[in-house]
Amino acid sequence: MTDVTVNTGQHDLLQVVALEVHFAARKGFFTSLFSKEPSLVRAVDGLDFSLAKGEILCLAGESGSGKTTTGKAILRLVEPTGGKIWFKNEDLLSFNRQRLRLFRQEAQIIFQDPYESLNPRQTVFATVAEPLEVNGICKSSAEKEERVIEALCEAGLSNPRELFLRYPHELSGGQRQRLAIASALVLKPGFIMADEPVSMLDLSIRAGILKLMVDLRDQKGISYLFITHDLSLAWLVSDRIAIMYLGKIVELGFADAVIRQPLHPYTRALVSVIPVPKRVMLSDKKLLQGETPDPVNIPAGCRFHPRCPEVQMRCREEEPLYREVAPGHYGACHYI
Amino acid sequence: MKLLEVENLTTYYKLKEGYVRACEKISLQLGQGEALGLVGESASGKTTAALSLVKLLPDNARVMAGKISIEGRDISRAMEDELRRIRWKEIAIIFQGAMNALNPVRRVGDQIVEALRIHEQMTDKEAYLRTAKLFDQVEIDPSRTKEYPHEFSGGMRQRVMIAMAIACNPKIVIGDEPTTALDVMVQAQVLQLLEKLRRESRMGMILITHDLSVVGETCDRVAVMYAGQIVESGPTEKVFENPAHPYTRALIAAFPNIEGQRHLAQSIPGNPPNLLSLPPGCRFHERCAEVFGPCSTEEPQPVELSVGHTALCHLLRGGVSA
Repeated sequence: MTDVTVNTGQHDLLQVVALEVHFAARKGFFTSLFSKEPSLVRAVDGLDFSLAKGEILCLAGESGSGKTTTGKAILRLVEPTGGKIWFKNEDLLSFNRQRLRLFRQEAQIIFQDPYESLNPRQTVFATVAEPLEVNGICKSSAEKEERVIEALCEAGLSNPRELFLRYPHELSGGQRQRLAIASALVLKPGFIMADEPVSMLDLSIRAGILKLMVDLRDQKGISYLFITHDLSLAWLVSDRIAIMYLGKIVELGFADAVIRQPLHPYTRALVSVIPVPKRVMLSDKKLLQGETPDPVNIPAGCRFHPRCPEVQMRCREEEPLYREVAPGHYGACHYI
Repeated sequence: MKLLEVENLTTYYKLKEGYVRACEKISLQLGQGEALGLVGESASGKTTAALSLVKLLPDNARVMAGKISIEGRDISRAMEDELRRIRWKEIAIIFQGAMNALNPVRRVGDQIVEALRIHEQMTDKEAYLRTAKLFDQVEIDPSRTKEYPHEFSGGMRQRVMIAMAIACNPKIVIGDEPTTALDVMVQAQVLQLLEKLRRESRMGMILITHDLSVVGETCDRVAVMYAGQIVESGPTEKVFENPAHPYTRALIAAFPNIEGQRHLAQSIPGNPPNLLSLPPGCRFHERCAEVFGPCSTEEPQPVELSVGHTALCHLLRGGVSA
């Protein structure tokens, strides 16, 4: 068993200020004839947060909340339409191709589905060696082999040499995700964005992958942006949790505080449906009605007001400010 | 007389290399209005077990043995004609990812009407009235029967599939991971709906899931499957509070509990056995933390711990107390 320690680093690795990602929504021909306003999908609509070195920050939210888009914007896999991102005190959005290339060695990504994210026609060795080749890092093939073995070992795959010529379909789900992690680790990154890294895996192998991620943080000081819809998982591994709803952070704070003393009504509702392994009466639970609205038509005022059980007049008109409510605990609601 | 009784149901898949023993000696009972959770990880045989009940199996599957009876009536030898009737009127299945199985170019209402006309021999008008009522039951505005699947969100489409499943008033509904692809909040809404329907119409429900928490929230009884066998079954409270099988204990321990301490549980080492060539003895012994003498040689037999709570483990045979 590993105790998860709270990490409060002073020097931020990453700072996100008023980040915005808007997409133009595709419209039918006739609709575009009659309306002048281009309709916008406001996937990420003004985010502020920071990530310290060696910190695990979790972005949690339902589908459509913009958590994955945020992660992609930080790796510049989609271009932000507004805001600033500082990576090691450099303006990430002004990076040219060359600098971006270097940045992408430092920042890596782990995807949700190890059945899809790995090339089925590439052997284990080729999968892990590819990032080294693309970046022209190794001078000799002996050095390359050494790096590949090191990465596979770090990802917890024992006997790496035996795996070299295997293909992904010959590996189990847990091994595949470890292979994906190995190919992220081979470039020795300081920052990893993990997008639902365990949600495709069975419960009994999840813990192993999570423990690996936390251990890598402890040993190498890797920072993670951990994206998940599963709040109990977020609580388990991260130092801080940011709850997203319709492209905005509604609450951010230390993991224990967010789960045990949630401020925002949306967080409270999410926490109330976190599963616990015992017999509970579902009929006793207070569920939110409806589903997350379309990010094209974001409600006026507080964007959560149509589903909020504690809605007041003010919520319909005025957008609440995102502010520090208690030390290190931020929220965006008029009534907290 | 139980609503559904299954005894020693055994289904294998035939491959070139031999038989995949996907489902071995499964015994289940389901009372009226009762919900049973069939839990297990991927490839534990839970879906095979459920599909064997109504013989909706791929061509290479063989039901080797077993007796299935609904209200005392043996259906294990039923022919295709009778099975087709059973599938809608007695046992209905909501498939995994079923919401993506709706025909995208037909109005959702029409798709239910079609089923009703074929299986209940209703006229168009009767079928449309019934469809509107079904929509009301699954809490969708009946005026939306005229919409197309793409106009519905994932949760709403899953509700439509539930409406279709209960269209012919089945006695038993089997949900195969009915909420897996949905958001947490929508998942809870759909589970609440299933519970409401079960109470209203007193139907029996079998919920297949990999998620223990879904069982805790909706099921009266739970059966835990591992490598094709039910390793433990009993009333949900008893299994959660007093898990008898080491595998059940490990599964429950692996579950993050926000009411408890923040620590990462130990994962179960290794992988499930290959169902083509099973190890001798207990199917779990290679991964079990409490393995001892007979585990690697003798196959364990079910032990009844208390009324309705059984487990398949040598530890319970007076050997070493658990």
